[in-house]
Amino acid sequence: MESITKARKICHLLLRFLAFGATLSAVIVMATSHEKASVLVFQFEAKYTNTPAFKYFVIANSLVTVYGFLVLFLPPESFLWRLAVATDLVFTMLLVSSISAALAIAQVGKKGNSHAAWLPICNSVPKFCNQVTGALVAGAIAMIIYMILLLNSIHRVLDPLILRKC
Amino acid sequence: MASGNVEKLELSFSAVPDKPKKDWVLMSLRVLAFLATASATLVMALNKQTKNFVVATIGTTPITVSITAKFHHTPAFIFFVIANGVASLHNLVMIGVDILGPRFDYKGLRFVLIAILDMMNLVLASAGDGAATFMSELGRNGNTHARWDKICDKFESYCNRGGAALIASFIAIILLLVTTVMSISKLKPKN
Repeated sequence: MESITKARKICHLLLRFLAFGATLSAVIVMATSHEKASVLVFQFEAKYTNTPAFKYFVIANSLVTVYGFLVLFLPPESFLWRLAVATDLVFTMLLVSSISAALAIAQVGKKGNSHAAWLPICNSVPKFCNQVTGALVAGAIAMIIYMILLLNSIHRVLDPLILRKC
Repeated sequence: MASGNVEKLELSFSAVPDKPKKDWVLMSLRVLAFLATASATLVMALNKQTKNFVVATIGTTPITVSITAKFHHTPAFIFFVIANGVASLHNLVMIGVDILGPRFDYKGLRFVLIAILDMMNLVLASAGDGAATFMSELGRNGNTHARWDKICDKFESYCNRGGAALIASFIAIILLLVTTVMSISKLKPKN
């Protein structure tokens, strides 16, 4: 019985650590993405601060990173885990909307929009585009892990004393 | 023998639990959320504006081109419409389940299923919102770094209607958040 509880706790801690790592890597990869290119005669620098969507992505992921770091230190049997369900929900929502926004703008950057006469920019700055794609993938992984953690939190609220596999 | 059977029958009747109280707060929240998501879907789906532009002038006759702005020109708005449509369907189904009562129950899994589906619904709705918000911000302000022109100065009512659909969707998300927290709080731990 003791070993199952321990395995469950370790599994839960591992998931939270993975989510923390994923959001942290998303922030770092997106924040260090910048590339200079010269199109025709003018200099053109692509940074993540050019678009409010990418700024929102970085801000949201850093908030979730800080939250994930704090939650790692919560003692396993404290009563604050009920509050953790609600805050998990809010932060998952934040994460999902930030990924969706960044994905929408990145799609316009990659394919352009013929109806609005917006040309794609990925041809001029391919390294920037690749880094943004990497950051989005990390964010997507973090989102999936957070959804698994949400289901897990509901499970813990439902029967905290019955031992199950995590 | 007959009186013993009657006693047994009476005992079994009293062992049937009372009907649980209907939760009117949750029900009214779901109805409001359904109205909000449905209106967001409809307003965005019927969003269309046609405008004539003068492209060139040959001699004295101007050549006009009519350009239409529709919601399905952008994948972000398509996703917004789909997400809000699915969310309003989900709210409708949940209202139906609430009205029909506790007849649909399988070993007490009903509340767990409702909580999980509510969560998925919330995540979907917030994803649709995030994409559409930043796409319409791009349309309103353009992006000088990427040389993308803004389109809202030419298609005013298209942008305004899109903004109204977004506001309805934000209201729906707040209502859905409260609903989800309430459904999760209904799960009581087995002691």
